[in-house]
Amino acid sequence: MMNKLKIAILGSGNIGTDLLVKVLRSSFLECTLFIGKNLESKGMKKAQSLGVATSDKSIDAIIENPDCCDLVFDATSALCHKYHAAILQNLGKRVVDLTPARIGAMCVPAVNLDKCLSFENINMVTCGGQASVPLAYAIGQVHNDVEYIEVVSTIASKSAGPATRVNIDEYIETTENAIKIFSGCKKAKAILNLNPAQPCIDMQTTVFAKIKNPDLVKLKQNIDIMVNKVQAYVPGYNLVVSPVLESGKVMIMVRVKGLGDYLSSYAGNLDIINCAAIVAAEGYAKL
Amino acid sequence: MANILIHDVTLRDGSHAVAHQLSLKQIAEYAKAAELSGIPVIEVGHGNGLGASSLLVGESLVSDFDMLSTAKENLKNTKLGIHIIPGFGAINKDLKPAFDAGVDVVRVASHCTEADITERHIKFSRENGKEVYGVLMMSHMASDEELVCQCLKMESYGAEGVILMDSAGASLPSDILSRISALVSSLKIPVGFHAHNNLGMGIANAVTAVSAGATILDGSARGFGAGAGNAQLEVLVAVIEKLGYSTGINLYKILELAELAEKRLLKVIPSINSTSIVSGLSGVFSGFAKHVDRVAKEYNVDPRDIFFELGKRKVVAGQEDLIVEIAAILQVKNNKS
Repeated sequence: MMNKLKIAILGSGNIGTDLLVKVLRSSFLECTLFIGKNLESKGMKKAQSLGVATSDKSIDAIIENPDCCDLVFDATSALCHKYHAAILQNLGKRVVDLTPARIGAMCVPAVNLDKCLSFENINMVTCGGQASVPLAYAIGQVHNDVEYIEVVSTIASKSAGPATRVNIDEYIETTENAIKIFSGCKKAKAILNLNPAQPCIDMQTTVFAKIKNPDLVKLKQNIDIMVNKVQAYVPGYNLVVSPVLESGKVMIMVRVKGLGDYLSSYAGNLDIINCAAIVAAEGYAKL
Repeated sequence: MANILIHDVTLRDGSHAVAHQLSLKQIAEYAKAAELSGIPVIEVGHGNGLGASSLLVGESLVSDFDMLSTAKENLKNTKLGIHIIPGFGAINKDLKPAFDAGVDVVRVASHCTEADITERHIKFSRENGKEVYGVLMMSHMASDEELVCQCLKMESYGAEGVILMDSAGASLPSDILSRISALVSSLKIPVGFHAHNNLGMGIANAVTAVSAGATILDGSARGFGAGAGNAQLEVLVAVIEKLGYSTGINLYKILELAELAEKRLLKVIPSINSTSIVSGLSGVFSGFAKHVDRVAKEYNVDPRDIFFELGKRKVVAGQEDLIVEIAAILQVKNNKS
């Protein structure tokens, strides 16, 4: 039996707490410290109930006890990660960043996991990025002249915590940047909607593309392969509209059901970025 | 002295009615005439606001920057306003260039339960010396208490007023009376109202809002707006003045402005057609109408069925992508039966 990789989770909001539940299930990872700002928060209480060591000292918890972990998941906010990144680099910690801070190499496991493992800080883009980049990548593999790709994600209001909401501009910029880099398209646009409906809606992402001569047959094959690859680590990732041509534009839609680890299954947006982060951290653990 | 502040949204909401194809010439001509009419604020841009030109809701004929600069060149006393929904538009790539184009008034909008996504955009606009309002869209989808709570957030971010939008034209005067009264009694800042005419309540709802204490009203010339259009601006001004309020707008001039809009901007005069009635009844955003009609034809399904299914799913503005999914499901169902 190999030793598990010791990890700490920085950020005790929706993302951090959901991540914790997933780490506890992993055969390769061990959560040695769950860190937030307030021991009374919902996430902290959950961690304590799971018997995990907690701290309310934010990044200081790692500065004061650097041996507590080898890898840090940063689930705070883009602004905070800009501050944390340099500190963690000096401490020699590997970082899997779940904020849209865009400091490390962008990682979308279905597309570039192996390449990412040579970097010390990897960025998990955004939830919408994790859902759409594999599709945009497939579009770029099949076509050389992709003029424009647009990704629209809608998530349940309840699944969007305060940091997600404050980071809405960073979400857009980071997602657009990822779409351009991974697909090779000339121009990209990201849109995010929050829907408060009860019962909560599942996360949904639509990719639109302007392509001069779309090859829908080949695209469908590549999309199916990509969807399978994502499903290997996000079981609730499903294609609901296979590539179609509507008013001259290609349209593809996926819906993501979560595993219901912390929030219920509607929170596919937590699941997809966290499942991706776990696969990435397990990749490091297996090195 | 005007005691009701009119925001003319013709060149923004009207964009929906022409699939966001307003030209710079049309914008220049209307802006010049609005200035002459003494309109205090005109809002200009894509129907879904700054940064919203997209395959999802339709691409603008010209860029936001060009639309705004052109309008600004033709305005002096009339202020230039924009609508921005965080999630569509962002500070760096959209708000900053809009400020460079000379925007005076910023209205930061969110779905009626999501005011906290407007915080940074409201604060940034205030820091840059703009006149800033918070806007809650689709206000029929939340209780009065919830709306008050959301508006208080916007007030705390620095909004100088809040505007409730009846985006689906789904509300009746009794709804507006209780909604606006609740806000007026809870907020320190002015309250405004933006009507859609899908159920024929545009002017009635606007008048009710004023009687409940609203002091800002949106209207558009000939009702040029999404769905069955907005409260018809020239009627609104006439009726508000008849009720004894003052708008500071010259009657003859605004009648002429509306005639100009009809000649130069409108393809058809907004009317309450089957689609808009169903949009109002199902409580679905008025901006969906053109997309639903188009997709319904492509998939050979009934647009009314699409609207009611959208209503069941409680969609918000920005979920136009669901139209195709629903049409495809309806098509399969129809073929089976």
